[in-house]
This record gives sequence, structure tokens and C-alpha cells, in this order.
Amino acid sequence: MKTPLYKEPNSLGFYGNFGGAFIPEMLYPNVQELNEAYTTILASNDFKKDFNKLLRDYVGRPTPLYFAERLSERYQTKIYLKREDLCHTGAHKINNTVGQILMAKRLGKKRIIAETGAGQHGVATATVCALMGIECVVYMGAVDIKRQAPNVSRMKMLGATVKPATSGSQTLKDATNEAIRDWINNPTDTHYIIGSVVGPHPYPDLVAKLQAVISEEVEQQLFEKEGTKVPDHVIACVGGGSNAAGIYYQFLNNPEVNIIAVEAEGKGILTGESAATTRLGRSGIIHGSKTLLMQNKDGQITEPYSISAGLDYPGIGPMHANLFESKRAEFISVTDEDAMKAGLELSQTEGIIPAIETAHAFAIFKERQFNHDEILVFNCSGRGDKDLQTYTDYFKLID
Amino acid sequence: MQNRIHQRLQQPEKIVSIYFTAGYPKRDDTLEVIQELVNNGVDMIEVGLPYSDPLADGPTIQQSSTQALKNGMSSQLLFEQLKDLRQITSVPVIVMGYFNAMLQYGVKAFCESCEKCGIDGIIMPDLPIDIYQAEYQSIFEQHQLSFISLITPQTSDERIKQLDEASNSFIYMVSSASTTGSQAGFGQTELDYFKRIHDMRLKNKLIVGFGIKDQTSFDQAAQYTSGCIIGSAYIKHITEHGLRQTKPFIKSLKEQ
Repeated sequence: MKTPLYKEPNSLGFYGNFGGAFIPEMLYPNVQELNEAYTTILASNDFKKDFNKLLRDYVGRPTPLYFAERLSERYQTKIYLKREDLCHTGAHKINNTVGQILMAKRLGKKRIIAETGAGQHGVATATVCALMGIECVVYMGAVDIKRQAPNVSRMKMLGATVKPATSGSQTLKDATNEAIRDWINNPTDTHYIIGSVVGPHPYPDLVAKLQAVISEEVEQQLFEKEGTKVPDHVIACVGGGSNAAGIYYQFLNNPEVNIIAVEAEGKGILTGESAATTRLGRSGIIHGSKTLLMQNKDGQITEPYSISAGLDYPGIGPMHANLFESKRAEFISVTDEDAMKAGLELSQTEGIIPAIETAHAFAIFKERQFNHDEILVFNCSGRGDKDLQTYTDYFKLID
Repeated sequence: MQNRIHQRLQQPEKIVSIYFTAGYPKRDDTLEVIQELVNNGVDMIEVGLPYSDPLADGPTIQQSSTQALKNGMSSQLLFEQLKDLRQITSVPVIVMGYFNAMLQYGVKAFCESCEKCGIDGIIMPDLPIDIYQAEYQSIFEQHQLSFISLITPQTSDERIKQLDEASNSFIYMVSSASTTGSQAGFGQTELDYFKRIHDMRLKNKLIVGFGIKDQTSFDQAAQYTSGCIIGSAYIKHITEHGLRQTKPFIKSLKEQ
């Protein structure tokens, strides 16, 4: 059997030099409980049965693998979109929350907390909590509450309590801090559903495994369409990196597949308003994990910037930090402007309005060319309804 | 290893230990706060190195940290501010911070700077003991620095024994499952927990932190332990009254 090189961390939770669980002792019992239980639960037939059933009947899986004909023609290559935007609630985030809520129930938890940036993970969490009749508290940066108002309304409609994080940059990083504090204060009855492949071990591994369904489906669907399970390039945007982890997962140990990660450059690398972690960051500790992060020379975490709330995060998951350091993945960053234009282009070429996070991945054509016979698989990770106001203002669509 | 913390712990009197954030309220107040604390008979001092994302701390300490960082605090500046520490006092002084700050400064360099200033111990809540023991224990010991672990009511007996093994001088007993500054006095649950840990007869002494704000809570906790650490309540006090008003605050704790 081949040893997994990139997919799974070692027993201490490290992907190469990154990962681990750098947590205060107050969190140790919670994290330990999860760590002891998660592999067994994930492997159990009973869990698999419930998980697959909900993915099929509730989330709407498998999501289509769509051949984007006009976009392919424009860029003279073969472009497939994995339509995670068609999942219930409009993004891939729900794959993870369905899995984690089933896990929380098996751990006997009565209360769920989550952090959210763009609000997609918050909505996905509020949704599964409503589905299971479990209390739900979502922490969201005060700045994000303003720029993602439709998702705030959705969470409230679903019965969740949305608590604003008012410290720091008032975005995803601070919402995560607040969620972790809540977990410290409520150690026994609460499960923390982290939304990305970040945080202390075992979260990065747990979330990656729950999102792996994306690439499992891609293999099968690509085989049906192209007679091969192996694309040439797999492309996704990376904030924390959960949609990327999901679409890379099955391909990570196959060197024939080129992995491309697109980060949010914001207004430009040198402007001080950016979230391109691999270009601006270095190794350090954030949210209990050793990974690449943006920080000053003193180790204080710096405030990131991106027009997209979901990519506005100063770190990346440890799996991705390892993919970067080992050069397994190609990292590219694109500006707000290029991402917005790519979002408009996808809308008008394929009739698909992507989330601004997702639009970053499609801005790759500005940076990179591909051969006409190469197969590209994009994770079309989320839909753009929540971003309509931002798009409208940016392109002055309405006078 | 025999540093000032060990020496103080050998004395029978209960320890009043105060935590404050370095560089707060003003950047250059650090040594002055220490002077005030020493003048008013505090037995041990924890100097908080402010961090941008202090996960284990509640709003009071977080706000003071944010302000201190705005004031321009950094690891390097802290060591400059503390270079004459041992000319003004011989009470044990501990640095408390988050591991990323130490990691970026360089763990070895950080320990060297601590020793040079006369620091006796380090509390890094997010430095896991397995990593401490595998990579850093010899460096800490080489510089006469006590590594101090935290335990909570949820910590298992087995884990407590591991933490006791890794720790040097005392164990920081978090009074209840919480971030700093979020409790309202002790009930029977906490008292049972203090007694339970006391009865484990660990090799390290015990000092209680989180939730101590007045003499009543101090006395309750000190009954089973060597003393208490007060953080948020003191920071609140100097925020409202100024650091010159340290005296009445300490007096209210030390009236026994």
C-alpha cells in the first residue's frame, strides 16, 4: 500500500512541518474527545449510511460535473466545473456540516457553535442544526455581518443566534477566536463545527475527509465523460482551504495531476491590503495549528484584506501549507479586480453567478495558459447570490 | 533548579500573585506597575506579553492587550523594559504569553532574554507539553526557567499527572472551565475540585487563577493551595483608577 504523502496528517496531526494542536489546556479535553472518536465514527457503517443518505436526499449530491463549453472555447482548453454551488444552501460548506452534526449527535452534544466569514458556513451550520433540532450559535465578524447581510438573515430565519465578533479586524479570524472562547467556556455540552481545514488537529483532517466526497464524485463523473479519472489540473480558491481540500483530495497522491490553489491578493501584494498567505506569510501558530500565516516580525497576526469575506483570513490550513512548502501544489494569487471580472465573465459566458470566493479560481486565466487538450476541473464552490450587492456596486449595474 | 519561585513556595504564607499586561495602560508603564505591586507587598508577578489573538483570555485582558500593542509593545521592548528588573525587586516574576510570539522571537533567544532580565518562569497556555518536552525543556532548564502548566476541572487525573511531571515549581489551576475574567465567585463545585487536586499530592505546588477578585474568593481558593493569581480584576481596577491606585486593591486582598 502506498503511504499517503499529502492527504493525511501523522498521529500528532502534522502534515510535514505543519499542523498539530497548539491549544490551551482548557480546550484539551474537547479536542481530545473528538480526536479519540472521529476516525472510528467516520469509518462506522452506521455513520456512512446516515451521511450518504443526507448528502443524497438533503444536500442534493452528487452535484453535476459540468463541461463549460463557451468558457472552454474562449480559453482553448477543456474546462469542467464541479457544481458545488448547486448544493443545498449554495456552497460546498454543507458537506462538512452534515458530517459534523452527525458526529456531534454521536458524541452526545446538545449545542453547536460555529464561526463564519462569508456566512456560507454559518448558514450551512444553522441549516443542519434546524434539521436536527439542536441549538446553534454562529460567530461572525461585525464587518462581515454588514457585507453579507443576506446570509445573516438566512441564519436567523433558520433559528440560529448570530453573535458579532467585535475584536481585531472584525472578520473571520476574530469570529474564530470568539467561537474558540465559547468552546472553552462550554466544554462539555457543546460541539464546535469548524468550517474549514483549519484549527487544531483533528479538525483539518476531519473537514478534509468530509469534503473529500467532491473529488470522489469528480473521478467517477470524469470517467463517464472523458474515459479517464485523472484531470490535468484541479483548481480551487483557498482561504482556509476546505473547498480546495475537497476537490484535491483524491488527486493529492497522484503526481500526474497538477494542483492549483488561488489565493486572494486583495488590492495587491505590496499594498498592505491582501490575504495572499503563501506570498506574505511565514510559519507560525494560528487557531491552534502551526501553519503559514500573515504576521509581523513579532508574531502578532496581521489583519488580512480581501473583497471576499470567505477568503479574508490570514492563514491557510496546514494541509495546504504542506502542499505549498513541498511544491506539490502551484499557488497563484489574484486581485479583487481580476476576481470580480472573472465572476462577471463566468456569469455572462456560462450563466453561472459564482460567489466572489469562487470567482478567484476563475481568474487564473489571467495568470496562466493551458493546452487545448488539457482537462481542467474547477471547484465551482459557491453561488453568488450573497454577493449580488457587492457585484452590483462594483460594476455599477444599477444607476 | 532552584529559582525565586521555588524559594517563595517554600514559605508557608499564601501567595498573592498579580497578572498585568505589559505596556498597559501606557507603553512605558511596565516597570512602574511592577514597582507599585512590589511596594504593596505582592508575592509574585506575572507579566503578560500582549498578543493579537489571545484565545484563553476574556475581554478585559484582550482589550488591555490590544491597547498595549497599539502602544507599540513587542517582545524586544518588553525585555528592554525589564532589563533593570532585578535592581528593584527580588519577587518571582513570570512571563505569560502565547507561543507564536516566543516562536517568532526564537525559543532559545527568548529564554536567554528572560534569564538576562531575571525572569523565573514562563506560562505559554498554547504550548503543548509533548512538544515542550520533546523540543524545549532542556532550553528552559538551561536558563533556570520554570515551565508552568495549566489544569482545569475537566483535566483527567492521568493528564494531570503528565502535566505535573512536565511542570516545574507550581501548577496553574484554572478555577473553572472558562476564559479569564468570566466567573462570579466560587461554589461547592469549585471547592470540591480544589480539594480533589490538593488530595492528589502532586510534586508541584498549586496556585489558583481565573475568578479571583476579592478576599472571599481568595480565601476560598487559598484554603487548598499555595495562593492565587489575580489578573482581570486588577487590570479593570487600574483601567478605572490608574496604576497609582494599586495600594487599595492589594490591601483588599491581603487583609488576612
